[in-house]
Amino acid sequence: MEEIQVIEPVALHGEMLKLRKEKQMDYLVSLVGMDWGDEGGLGVVYLLRSTLTGENVSIKTATKDRVAPELPTVSDIWKIADFYEREVFDFYGIVFINHPDMRRLYLRNDWVGYPFRKDDDPEKENPLNMTNESTDDTTPEIEFNPDGTIKKQENVIFDDREYVVNIGPQHPSTHGVMRFRVSLEGETIKKIDPLCGYIFRAIEKMDESLTYPQTLALVDRMDYLSAHQNRHALCMCIEKAMGVEVSPRVQYIRTIMDELQRIDSHLLFYACLAMDLGGLTPFFYGFRDREKILDIFEETCGGRLIMNYNTIGGVQADIHPNFVKRVKEFIPYLRGVIHEYHDIFTNNVIVRERLVGVGLLSREDAISYGCTGGTGRASGWACDVRKRMPYGLYDKVDFKEIVYKEGDSFARYMVRMDEIMESMKIIEQLIDNIPEGPYQTKMKPIIRVPEGTYSAFVESSRGEFGVFLESHGDKTPYRLHYRSTGLPLVAAIDTICRDTKIADLIAINGSIDYVVPDIDR
Amino acid sequence: MFDFSIITNWLHQSLLSVMPEVWAVVLECVIVGVCIILMYATLAIILIYGERKICAFFQCRLGPNRVGKWGCIQVVADVFKMLTKEIITPNQVDKFLYKLAPYMVILASFLTFACLPFNKGAEILDFNVGIFFLLAVSGIGVIGILLAGWGSNNKFSLIGAMRSGAQIISYELSVGLSMLTMVVLMGTMQFSQIVEEQADGWFLFKGHIPALIAFIIYLIAGNAECNRGPFDLPEAESELTAGYHTEYSGMNFGFFYLAEYLNLFIVSSVAATVFLGGWMPLHIVGLDGFNAVMDYIPGFIWFFGKAFFVVFLLMWVKWTFPRLRIDQILTLEWKYLLPISLVNLVLMVLIVVTGFHF
Repeated sequence: MEEIQVIEPVALHGEMLKLRKEKQMDYLVSLVGMDWGDEGGLGVVYLLRSTLTGENVSIKTATKDRVAPELPTVSDIWKIADFYEREVFDFYGIVFINHPDMRRLYLRNDWVGYPFRKDDDPEKENPLNMTNESTDDTTPEIEFNPDGTIKKQENVIFDDREYVVNIGPQHPSTHGVMRFRVSLEGETIKKIDPLCGYIFRAIEKMDESLTYPQTLALVDRMDYLSAHQNRHALCMCIEKAMGVEVSPRVQYIRTIMDELQRIDSHLLFYACLAMDLGGLTPFFYGFRDREKILDIFEETCGGRLIMNYNTIGGVQADIHPNFVKRVKEFIPYLRGVIHEYHDIFTNNVIVRERLVGVGLLSREDAISYGCTGGTGRASGWACDVRKRMPYGLYDKVDFKEIVYKEGDSFARYMVRMDEIMESMKIIEQLIDNIPEGPYQTKMKPIIRVPEGTYSAFVESSRGEFGVFLESHGDKTPYRLHYRSTGLPLVAAIDTICRDTKIADLIAINGSIDYVVPDIDR
Repeated sequence: MFDFSIITNWLHQSLLSVMPEVWAVVLECVIVGVCIILMYATLAIILIYGERKICAFFQCRLGPNRVGKWGCIQVVADVFKMLTKEIITPNQVDKFLYKLAPYMVILASFLTFACLPFNKGAEILDFNVGIFFLLAVSGIGVIGILLAGWGSNNKFSLIGAMRSGAQIISYELSVGLSMLTMVVLMGTMQFSQIVEEQADGWFLFKGHIPALIAFIIYLIAGNAECNRGPFDLPEAESELTAGYHTEYSGMNFGFFYLAEYLNLFIVSSVAATVFLGGWMPLHIVGLDGFNAVMDYIPGFIWFFGKAFFVVFLLMWVKWTFPRLRIDQILTLEWKYLLPISLVNLVLMVLIVVTGFHF
C-alpha cells in the first residue's frame, strides 16, 4: 500500500512545477488514467521519481465531470507526458488543457467512446469498421481563454508542401507494426510523427475482467523479449500486496531466468541492428546463439518465446534436471564466440561511421522522456532498477552498471553488448548455488488482493518495466497499468532523429531497441 | 591454344555453300543472339545459385539443399516460378516508363555482356574502342533505374532511384579513370588486343603499383556500379523495402534481378580481362615448359575461372560489410577514390613514359 497525495486540478500545474523545480522530481515514471466511478470521478495518478535522490512521489488528481472532463497538462514539465496524456485521452476522454497535440494515441480517430471508462460499451458503439482510417495532418489543441472559456485551435503537423514518406506499419525495419510519418527534405529528416496502435489489444482493459492468475498470461505477450522480467514484475507486485514471501530457490530461478532473457534479448538486438544496417551475416550470428538460450527455456518452461513461467508465489514447474548443466555449457560457449560479434560488426569501419555520433540523445532529454534501459544508460543516466531498487537477488550479486556518456547510437549498442557480459557474470555467480526448497508457495485457490494501490518495478531487457495495481479487494484488479518500456523511446524518436538522414532513422530505430507489442499494450 | 574462330569460320563456310552471303550473315547474327541470351540466362542461374550457397556458408547455414542434389536446380525452379507469376501494373503509374524501365536495364546489361572476350576467337563485339563502348553502354542501365523510380509513383522507389542516380554517375568516374589508367599502359582499347598483349604477363603484374591501385579502385567502384552491398542503397531492403523495383512483379522484377547478377559478372569479367589477362593462361617469362602446360587448359576455362574468382571477392565483401549511408558513399567517391584515381593516372603515365613497367 503506497501513500498517494491528492491535488485538486486547479492547483495541479503549479504544484507539479514546484515538485519538478524544488524537489528535483525530473523523471515521470508513469501517468495512469483512472476511472473511480461517480464518487471518485475520472482522474490521473502520477508516479514521479527524482534521479538525484531516488525519492518516489505519487500524486493523484480527479475531476467529477464525466461529460467533458478536463485536467491541466504537465507535458510542458516532462516531455513524455505528451504521449502519456494522449493515451489517457484515448482511454478515458480526459482532455488536457494546453496539450499541443490532443489526438488519440492508439485507437482510430473515428472511434466512438472511451473504452477504459467503466460505463463504456465499446463493442456496441463500434461495429467492425471496413473502411481505412484517414490520416490527419492537423491536430486539435485546447486552451483556456483569459475569461475561463475554452478555445479550440488546430495545430498543423505536416503542411501540404512537405514531402511526407510513410514508414510502416508494414516495413522491414520498424521492428513490428509501428508507423512513422516522416517529413523529408532530400534525404534529411525534418520531422517524425509516430503513429501507434496497429496491434493494440487493450490488455489493461482485459485484465480488469480477469482473475489475478489469468492476468499473468498476458504480460508475456507485451514485450515478448522480456517475458520473464515482465511476469516477474507482476508476480512481485501481487506477492507484495498479499504479503507472500517466495522461497530462496524461486528467487534464484527468477533471477537466472531474467538474466538469460536479457542475454536473449540483447542477442536479438545485435542481430536486428546488424540487419537494419544491411549486414546479414551478423544477423545469423545473433540468431545462432540465441537459439541455445531458447532451447534452455524450452526444456524448463515448455515455451520458447512466451514462457508462462513465473506464477504468483513461485514458478510454474521446477527447473529441468539438465538446466544447470546446459546453462554452464552455454556461458563459456558465448564467451568464446562473442569476439566474432566484435570482429565482424563492432570493429567494422562502416559500422563505426554509421553509428558513432549519430542520433544523439542528451541526458536531460533521456530523463525527461523517461528513456530507461540501455538507451538511458547510453546517455549517461544511471537508471538500472537492479541497482537503484534491487529486487530478486540483485543486491547479493556483483555486477557493474554499464553507463556510457556519449548518448549516440554506438553507445546504445555498446551498452547492450557489455550488458551481455555482465548478465553472464550474474548467472555464473548464481547457477552453482541454487538452494533446495519449494518452487511454489502454497496459495489460496482464489486470490484476492487487499484493497489499495501497489506498484513494482523491474529492469526488463529494454528498460524500467513497472506494474501499477489498484485493487478494491475483488478477485479481479480494479485497474492494472503497465509502464511500457518502449513508448518513451518512440516518443523521443522525433528529438533523436531531427536533421539526420533517412538511413539513420533505421539505424536509430535499431539502436533504441523497442518492441511494438509493448508499446501497443 | 584452342581457337574458337575455327568453329565460326567453319560455320561461315558451310552456310556460304548453301546460301548467299547476306543471308548467311543474318543467320549468324541470329545464332549469336540466341547464344548470348542462353549464356546470359545460364550464367544468371549459376550466379544466383553460387551467391545463395556462398552467403549461406558465410552465415553458418546450408543454403538451398532440397531441390536436386545440393539444391542445384533450386534456382531453375525459381526462374520457372517467376515466369508464371502475374505481371501487375499498379494503378497510378506512368505506364510507358514503368514498362520500359526493366528493358532499359536488361538492354544495357546485354550490350555490355556482348563485349566480353570469352575465348580466343570468341569475341562478339570487338572493335578498336571496345572499352569506351563498354563504359558508354553500361551507362544506359542507370536510365532504366531512374525511369523505374519515377514511373512507379512510389516515394520509396523515387528515393531509391535518386540514390541510384547519384551513386552510379559518381562511381562511373572512378571506373572510367581506372580504366583510363590501364589504357595508358595497354595502348589499346580493343579487347582482343588487350588479351593478346598479356601473353607475357598479366597487366596487374606488368603495371605493378599503379595497376594494383587501379584494380582495387575498379573493384570498389564496379561494386558500387552494380548496386551491391555495401553499396546497395538504391534497394536498401531495410530502409526502402526494395527501392526502385518495389512496385515490380513477375518477370519485370526478374529482369532487374537478372541484370543485377549479370552486372556483377560483367564487372568481374572486365576486371579479369583488363587486369588478370582474360582468357590468356598464366605465363611466366622464361619457363617455357610451364607455359606450354598452361596452354593446354582452354581459354574459356581461364576466363570463367578468373571472372568467378573476382565474383567471389565481391560476394565476400557483400556478405561481410553493412551498408553505407548516401552521404558517406558520395564522400568516399569524391573525396577519396576520385583524387586517388587522378594521381594514379599521372603515376601510370610517368611509369609508362620512363618505361618503368615490365
